[in-house]
Amino acid sequence: MKKVEFEAKAVSCSVKPLVFDEEKCVGCNACANVCQVDIMIPSEEKGKPPVVLYPGECYYCGSCVMACPVKGAVRLRHPLMNQTKFVEIGE
Amino acid sequence: MEGSHWPYPNEMDREEQVYADVLILGGGMAGCYAAVAAARKGKKVALVEKGAVIRSGAAGSGFDHWESACTNPCSEVTAEEIAKAYIDEQDGYSNGIAHYIECQEGWHRLLDIESFGGKIRDTEGEFEGADFRDEKTGLMFAYDYQNKFTIRVWGSTFKPALYKELKRLGVEIYERTEATTLLVKKEQGKRRGIGAMGMNARTGKFLIFTAKTTVLAMSRPARIWLFDADQVGLCEFRPTQSIGSGHAMGYRAGVEFTMMEKSVQGEFSAAGRSFPPYSTGNNHNTWYAATMVDARGVEIPYVDRDGKELKTVRERYYPAKGQKFFLKGGVIDNPKYEYRGPETLDFEELMKRGYQLPFYADLSRMPESERRVIWGMMVGEEGKTKIPVLENFTERGFDPEIHRLQSYGTGWQSASFLPQERQLFGAPGGIFHDWNLKTNIDGIYAAGDQLYASDCCGFAAATGYYAGRKAAKASEGFSFEEPDREDIETEKKRLYAPLYVEEGMDWRELNKAISKAMQNYCGGVKNDMLLHQGLELLESYEKDMVPLLSCKNPHELMRTHEVLDILEVCKLILNACLLRKSSSAPLCFERSDHPEIDPEEDRCFITIRQEEGKILSRRVEKDYYGDVKIQYEQYNRDYEEEAAGYEEG
Ligand SMILES: Cc1cc2nc3c(=O)[nH]c(=O)nc-3n(C[C@H](O)[C@H](O)[C@H](O)COP(=O)(O)OP(=O)(O)OC[C@H]3O[C@@H](n4cnc5c(N)ncnc54)[C@H](O)[C@@H]3O)c2cc1C
Repeated sequence: MKKVEFEAKAVSCSVKPLVFDEEKCVGCNACANVCQVDIMIPSEEKGKPPVVLYPGECYYCGSCVMACPVKGAVRLRHPLMNQTKFVEIGE
Repeated sequence: MEGSHWPYPNEMDREEQVYADVLILGGGMAGCYAAVAAARKGKKVALVEKGAVIRSGAAGSGFDHWESACTNPCSEVTAEEIAKAYIDEQDGYSNGIAHYIECQEGWHRLLDIESFGGKIRDTEGEFEGADFRDEKTGLMFAYDYQNKFTIRVWGSTFKPALYKELKRLGVEIYERTEATTLLVKKEQGKRRGIGAMGMNARTGKFLIFTAKTTVLAMSRPARIWLFDADQVGLCEFRPTQSIGSGHAMGYRAGVEFTMMEKSVQGEFSAAGRSFPPYSTGNNHNTWYAATMVDARGVEIPYVDRDGKELKTVRERYYPAKGQKFFLKGGVIDNPKYEYRGPETLDFEELMKRGYQLPFYADLSRMPESERRVIWGMMVGEEGKTKIPVLENFTERGFDPEIHRLQSYGTGWQSASFLPQERQLFGAPGGIFHDWNLKTNIDGIYAAGDQLYASDCCGFAAATGYYAGRKAAKASEGFSFEEPDREDIETEKKRLYAPLYVEEGMDWRELNKAISKAMQNYCGGVKNDMLLHQGLELLESYEKDMVPLLSCKNPHELMRTHEVLDILEVCKLILNACLLRKSSSAPLCFERSDHPEIDPEEDRCFITIRQEEGKILSRRVEKDYYGDVKIQYEQYNRDYEEEAAGYEEG
């Protein structure tokens, strides 16, 4: 097929499922490699966290966090509306 | 971030041809086990997976219980008893063949995974002395502690273990690759599967898989009625990329389906109508049988099937007086009297008695081992819970000894859907098959959630392995068949077209329009006119909108292909609905023009397939598969020896 130039443009989303801590992230891309939805691409800069190109496609399974070698380098967070309430017993 | 370079090579001008005795499409639970079985038979196996096998599929991040392991050494039930109970429970609209395979062989698949490094028993003695733990084997049971056929497992260890085993066995794994179309040859008027085509979703490379036999294991359709353009990945229960491509390519190739008229009012869509699965206070599935309290902290009683109030937590896990066993799990929320287990009082009754919303799960009132197994093991090992629920809630300060977790609304699912917001859930339709798990097309087999009336990991693993060994055997009777060049060129044109469209329509816009159309024309109440109008509208989308679709890279191209498949599946569903000219309770199928419910003459499977653009259908008796035990034994003499190995331990 006649080649077409590919472009990578992040698609905006009202929520941020993944947040990276640039201090902790070693840029190994283990998270990107394990993601079954393939929502991230490796950063152009070596050692930097991957770019979440398609945040809206995140399935919130947590496999990226499970694969991360540095605790806290990547965090997964559900949208605010999905934060279940809990209360102290006896209140 | 804006407008970065695409990081992967551009290979849309490249083509790779792969030869395999057995080709497996979909690398979830079913596909991986199929590959193991075929590789053990010494076959050259190729496995095609859209994601990354190590964590792909519905069970990728984990799952917490394995149903119907009737042949485990502690079980007090037989495979026959449970398979027949499932069939009866669904009024015969169940998959007797697959359920029997699950009940008979599921335990073997657990022993397999254990040998690959997965965890299926409490090896560290974490739960020593608990009611649900067998002290000799370390196996831990859920639901019915008397009969011990549902096993609590550490499901997060399964996919990585399977992945390692596939590599050890030399299975050729094609990841980040979407299968797009089946290759079918017509020989003396008969069709035969000869492989499939696909595309790498990072590089755009075109792949041709030439195979003697093929196993379809791509799960079931989604994003049919429910779609959220902003939070696509939250709008359905199963993974974002599992939207029924396997159904679409099967339907296009002439594979026969059944029960595709069945759909249920939505149960899970965390993009709005519900909460993330297992993240709210409830007492089902993962959370069975949690103590529930109302807004005032008053405990909600559990009753047995006769309405007798249970006094202790322990009693929630045992059959009622005079009952042999009870069924619980994935598809059984409200079982028939015969199979009904302990359950909290009916919501209406609670309201009458003055209980007040909101309700909560209060694990602090449970014995320590029950609390710890729900919060920490089940919530933790269950899919999508280790990080987003267990870890995140703990970080937010949740402690089950001092907090109660809210349940929303009136049901235990914390969900509230409209009748037209539907899902293929609760053992929906799928591929029709015989005792070899072969489809109507020679050389093409199916397994897992792609089968009709499917559910659960035990089902997927057992049918996967079974389909793999049958496909391996059958491959010995076939030789490689080269595909027609014309088919390849047509497919390439179809696949790459959106890359050449500038400033066209985004796939999300079409998906949203399709799901709205399905809500409008194939909602809670159906009739011929609505269904025909729905078809007309979708056909107009196909003709006028599909050519406008446009995208910029192979990932977006894959998502665009998914919408084409969703469109195909919608047509399959609408046509299947048109074929049933009555309403049906077990199929959750209501027609205003044919309100009669389950008339005698329609109590059968109605199948659907396409041939040369025409829709063909037949009626098949619900018990077409015969006596499950006798038939299974007849078809599986070749497995007897292997089976004996597992049973000796
Ligand atoms: C959150 C959650 C929790 C669950 N908990 C339990 C539980 O505790 N116990 C239980 O028994 N069951 C549970 N289930 C159900 C169970 O996980 C599934 O029934 C089972 O995993 C189905 O296996 P499968 O192989 O048929 O499908 P999947 O495992 O979903 O695999 C299908 C695979 O096909 C791939 N695919 C799709 N389309 C294509 C294509 N075109 N080309 C290539 N590959 C493709 C997908 O990427 C996917 O990897 C749960 C499901 C979910 C979502």
